[in-house]
Amino acid sequence: MSFPLSGFTPLNMTGGLTIVVVEEDRARAMAIVDALKDAGDCDVFVIGNSSGLARKIAAHAPDIVLIDIDNPTRDMMEELTLASGPLDRPVAMFVSGAAGGLAQTAIEAGVSAYVVDGLSPERIKPIMDTAIARFRIVRQMRNELAETRRALEERKVIDRAKGLLMKAKGIDEDAAYALLRKAAMDQGRRVAEVAEALATAARLLG
Amino acid sequence: MKAVSLPVAYMPLVDAAPLIMAQEMGFAEDEGISLELIAAPSWSSVRDMLAFGRVDAAHLLSPVPVAMAMGLGGVTTAVSAVSVLSVNGNVIGVGRGLEDRLRADGYRFDFSDPLRAAAALARVGGGPLTFGVPFPFSMHVELLRYWAAGTALGPGGIEIRTVPPPLMANALAAGDVDAFCVGEPWGSFAVEQGAGALLLPGRAIWNFAPEKVLAVRSAWAETEPDLLGRLMRAVWRAGRWVSNPDSRAATAEILSRRTYLDVPPELIDRALSGHLTLSRRGEQRRVDRFLEFHEGAATFPWRSQARWIAAHLGRAHPATTRAARDDAALVFRSDLHRRHLAGTGCELPGASEKVEGSIRQPMLVPAVRGNLSLLPDAFFDGLIFDPSRPG
Repeated sequence: MSFPLSGFTPLNMTGGLTIVVVEEDRARAMAIVDALKDAGDCDVFVIGNSSGLARKIAAHAPDIVLIDIDNPTRDMMEELTLASGPLDRPVAMFVSGAAGGLAQTAIEAGVSAYVVDGLSPERIKPIMDTAIARFRIVRQMRNELAETRRALEERKVIDRAKGLLMKAKGIDEDAAYALLRKAAMDQGRRVAEVAEALATAARLLG
Repeated sequence: MKAVSLPVAYMPLVDAAPLIMAQEMGFAEDEGISLELIAAPSWSSVRDMLAFGRVDAAHLLSPVPVAMAMGLGGVTTAVSAVSVLSVNGNVIGVGRGLEDRLRADGYRFDFSDPLRAAAALARVGGGPLTFGVPFPFSMHVELLRYWAAGTALGPGGIEIRTVPPPLMANALAAGDVDAFCVGEPWGSFAVEQGAGALLLPGRAIWNFAPEKVLAVRSAWAETEPDLLGRLMRAVWRAGRWVSNPDSRAATAEILSRRTYLDVPPELIDRALSGHLTLSRRGEQRRVDRFLEFHEGAATFPWRSQARWIAAHLGRAHPATTRAARDDAALVFRSDLHRRHLAGTGCELPGASEKVEGSIRQPMLVPAVRGNLSLLPDAFFDGLIFDPSRPG
C-alpha cells in the first residue's frame, strides 16, 4: 500500500498545461473545465473526493491543481508539497513574488491553487484569472442557495411561533406577528431568533 | 464600550474548547473582545486564513508553526505559537480488519501499553501498516513515528497517509488505510460508526505532548500587543474553567451545538472525562489526563517542546538545515506567554526549557513566584530529550 507522495516529473515547458480540478459536484466541475479550456491550450482532468486523492492527482503529473478552498480533502494536497525524491517537483501554493497578489485574490474567490515549482507566472496568470472568475460565480451561486435555504428555514420557525402565540393567546396571525416583531425590537434581536427561542421554550415545556 | 471583534479560525474538535468557551462563557467579553469563531473545513484552510490575514488567531496543530518556520509545506508566513491550547487528547485506533485479527491473536485491548500493542500489531500485520492522520505536520504523525521506531513495529513498519477524519471510515472500508491516529471526537465517532477500535491514547506514547497551540502571525503579535494580551488571557481563563470537572457538562453541551462540533454531547464528554469506549463491544477505559487544558502549566509553550518537534521534523525531512531547526524552535513564544499572562494568576515556570521526558512523577519546580507542580512528561521508552543536545 505505498505510492509516491509527489511525482510531477515531466516538466512541461512549452506545450499546453495539465490541470487537475478537484471537485465532487459534476455540474460545477464541468463549468470550470469548459471555462479553462476556452482560456487556452490545456488538458483538464477532474477528480472527485477520495481517500487516495494524492495518488490520483500525481498520476496525471499536473502543472496546476485547483481545489475549492472549502473542500476538506485539501489537507491531502499538503503531501504533494513535500518532494519525495530529488527528481520530483514539489507543488506550492504560490504565494511569493509576482504571483503573490494573485494567490490572495484566488483565496478570496474561494479557490486554492497548487502550482508546480518553476512554472513561470506569465503561464499561470491566464489560467488563474479564468479559474478565479469561475470559482467566484460558483461561490456566489452556492451562497445564494444557502441564503434561500436559510430564509425558508426561518419562515418555517416564524410560522411555528406565530401558531403557538395564536393558540396560547387566542389572537389572529397579524397580531401574533406584531407581538414577535415587538419582542424582537425590544431585545435588539432578529424576529427569527425570537421565534426560535419561543419554539424551543414551547418544546421544553411540552 | 463596544467589544473589539477578533476573527479566529478553528477546527471543530474537542480541543478547541478553550476558544469556544472563552467566547461562550464571557471570558472574552471580560477582556473587551468578542471572538468571531470561524469553523474551518481543513487544517490547510486554518493555516491559510491565518497566513493571509483572514483571521488574526487560530487553533493550530502544534507542529504546523514549527514546520512553517522550517520552510516545509505550502505556506511559510512567520507564525508564533503564543500558548499551548491543549496537551494530549489523540487516540490511535485500528480498522475492523485489524481489530478482528488482533482479537483472534488473543490481544486484549488494554488501551495503555504501547509495547504490547505494537508487538501484537507486528505479529498480525503481515507487512507495513498504513495509518491515516489528519495532516502531515501534526503530533499524530510524530507520535506514530516515535512509537513505531521504538517498538516491534520498527521505523519501516508503518506508512502514514493524510486522510481528513470525516473520510476516515470510508478510507478504512476501502482498505486505503489499516489504522488511524486522530483527535477527539473522531476516535469515538469511529467506534460509534463501527469503523474500528481504539488501541492507545496518545499520552501512552508521550505523557505530556503539546497538541494544539494558539497561533498568531508574528507580525500581528508585534503590532497588536494589547489585543494579543486580551486574547491570551481570555483563552487561558477559559482553559482553566474547562479543566474544572464541574464545567464538563456545560462544555460538552455547548460544544455539541450545530454551529460548533455538531455531535452528541455524550461523545464529547468521553474526551473531557477521559472515560473512553474502545469498541462496539463496549469495553471502557478510564485515562487520567487524557486531554489537559490547564494543570501542570499546560498552556506554557516550552521552547524544548518546539525543539523536540523541530528535531523530529528534521529527521523526516533531511533537506532542512540545523540552523532552520534552531530558528523553528523559537516559534514557541515563551517570552510572549510570560509577558501577557503575568498578573493573571497563571503560574509561570522559572525556565523556558526543560529536559523533555525527564519528569516521572508530579514535580515541584521553581516558578516566577514560589513553586509550581509539573506533571509527568515521560516518553514510553523512558528516553529523554535534552534541548541543548537536540541531535
